[in-house]
Amino acid sequence: MTETPLLQVEDLRVSYQGRVGPVPAVRGISFTLGRERLGIVGESGSGKSTIGRAILGLLPRNATVAARRLRLHDTDLLHASERALRDIRGRRISMVLQDPKFSLNPVMTVGHQIAESYRVHRRASATEARRKTLEMLEAVRIDNPERVYDLYPHEVSGGMGQRVMIAMMLIPEPELLIADEPTSALDVTVQAQLLVLINELIARRGMGLILISHNLNLVASFCDRVVVMYAGRVMETCRAAELDRAQHPYTRGLLACRPLIDRAQPELPQLARDPSWLDGPVAA
Amino acid sequence: MIEIADVTISFGSGAHRIDAVRAVSFKVAQGEAFGLVGESGCGKSTLLRAIAGLQDTASGSIALAGQNMGAKRTRADRRLVQMVFQDPYGSLNPTHTVDRILSEPLAIQGLDNVDQRIEQALGEVGMGSQHRFRYPHQISGGQRQRIAIARALIMEPKILLLDEPTSALDLSVQAEILNLLRRVGRNRGLTMLMVSHDLPVIAHMCSRIAVMKRGEIVETLPVDRLRRGEADHPYTRELLASSLETTMAKAN
Repeated sequence: MTETPLLQVEDLRVSYQGRVGPVPAVRGISFTLGRERLGIVGESGSGKSTIGRAILGLLPRNATVAARRLRLHDTDLLHASERALRDIRGRRISMVLQDPKFSLNPVMTVGHQIAESYRVHRRASATEARRKTLEMLEAVRIDNPERVYDLYPHEVSGGMGQRVMIAMMLIPEPELLIADEPTSALDVTVQAQLLVLINELIARRGMGLILISHNLNLVASFCDRVVVMYAGRVMETCRAAELDRAQHPYTRGLLACRPLIDRAQPELPQLARDPSWLDGPVAA
Repeated sequence: MIEIADVTISFGSGAHRIDAVRAVSFKVAQGEAFGLVGESGCGKSTLLRAIAGLQDTASGSIALAGQNMGAKRTRADRRLVQMVFQDPYGSLNPTHTVDRILSEPLAIQGLDNVDQRIEQALGEVGMGSQHRFRYPHQISGGQRQRIAIARALIMEPKILLLDEPTSALDLSVQAEILNLLRRVGRNRGLTMLMVSHDLPVIAHMCSRIAVMKRGEIVETLPVDRLRRGEADHPYTRELLASSLETTMAKAN
C-alpha cells in the first residue's frame, strides 16, 4: 500500500429508479485502494457489480449515484464531465467482464480490436499499434500472435477470448483494472492460468486491481484484502489470508456452506440470514 | 438401474464427423448417486442428454431399469427418467406460470389428481401454494431451480439426471439445493446421475465418480479415494490440483 491511495471511495450510494420508487443497490460503501489487489465478494444482488460500474460512470440512466468522495488520485470521478470520463475509461481505469463472447465485437478481428483500443488512447501509427498489439498478445501468452491477430472472436476458445480481452484492457496501460467475474465462464484449469497471468501483469506494471467475484476461494487465494458485501453494504473487510478467521456471521455462514473435497458432510449448513445485517451497525 | 455399454455419440458425418462420446461404459446401481466430471467439451452433458433420450447415439446400448432403450422412447420410458438442467433461467418457460409448468407434464402423461400432485410437489421442494400462480421472473433463481426439481419429481421418476444443477446459483443457495436433492434422493430411493465440473460439489453428492476427458472415461473411482487424493490417472490428479487455492499458493 502506498501513501496516496489510487482510489478513494467514501460513502458511495447508488439506487435504481424502479416502478414504485428508488431501489437502493449500494448503501454507503467506503474503501480505499492502493497498488494492491482488492477483492469484493458477495452474492447476487449484493451490489458488487454496481460498484465497479459506478467507478467508471457506466451505470444506466435510471441509476442515481451519490458519494462523499469518489476519486482516482486527484481526479473527482463523480463530477467529471462525460468527455473527461471517456478519457479515463480504458486509459486510466479499465474493466474486464465475465464473458468474452459478449464483450468482444463479433465482426472485428481480435487484433484489430486490441489495436483500436491502443490508438484511441495513444497517438500511434497503424504499424506501431500492430506491433504493440502483437507484443501484448504475446504478453498474455498467446502462442502464435500473428495468426491470432486475424481471427474473429468466434474462432477463439473462451480462455483465449478472455486473454484477448485482458490484452485489450491492458494495452493503454491503465493504473487500475476492475475485473468483474473475469473467469466464471471458464473451466477450472483455465481459470487458474488466467488468474496467474493477471497477477503477473498487474504486478509488473504496478497496477491496482479490484476483483469482483462471488467465489470466496478465488478471492481469498488471489487478493491482498477482501471486502465482503451483503445487501449493498460492507459486512466486513479483512486480509485475504485471514478470511478463514472472518468474524462476521454472514462471512462465516458463506464459508461454512461450501461443500468440502477432503471430508464428507451429511448435510451442508445453510445460511440463516439475520435481518440486522440489512440495517444494523457494521463492524469496522 | 442404469447400464451404459459401449456408447458412442457423434456429430456430423464423413470427414467432419466428431465423436463427442467414445465407447463409454458404466453401470449405476439402484439408489446410487453417480457423478461425471470433466471440463467443457468432454462430452459429459452429451452423454447425459443421450440417457435422457434427447440425443441419438451412434452405437452402443443404454438400458434403464433393466429395459433397453431404443431410438424411440415410449411415454413410460420418458416418465422413468427426468432431468434437471443447469440454468433455471433458461429451462422454465417465461410465459408459463409455475402451475402450468407443473401441470403440463401431468397432462402429457395423462395423470389424475393434478391439484393434489402439484401441491405435493411444491411442498416437497420447500415451496408453497403462494408460489403456484407466479411466473418464473417473479421468483428467485434458487426458487426457480426448486420448481425445475419439482417438475422432474412430479413424474415420480426412478432416475434423476442432474446437469450442473447449482453452477448458476449463489453459494448459500447451492447449499440449500444440494441438501434438497440429497433429501429427496434418499426419501424416494432415486438413482441419480450428476454432471459437474465442480469436484467438491460432486464429491458431496455422489458415492462414485467417473472422470471424462475428450469423450472417454479415463478413470472411475469411489468418492473416498478422491477425498484422500488417491487418484490413479494423471488427468484426475490435475483436476484435483487445479482447485484454485493450490495454484495460487504456488504462484504467490
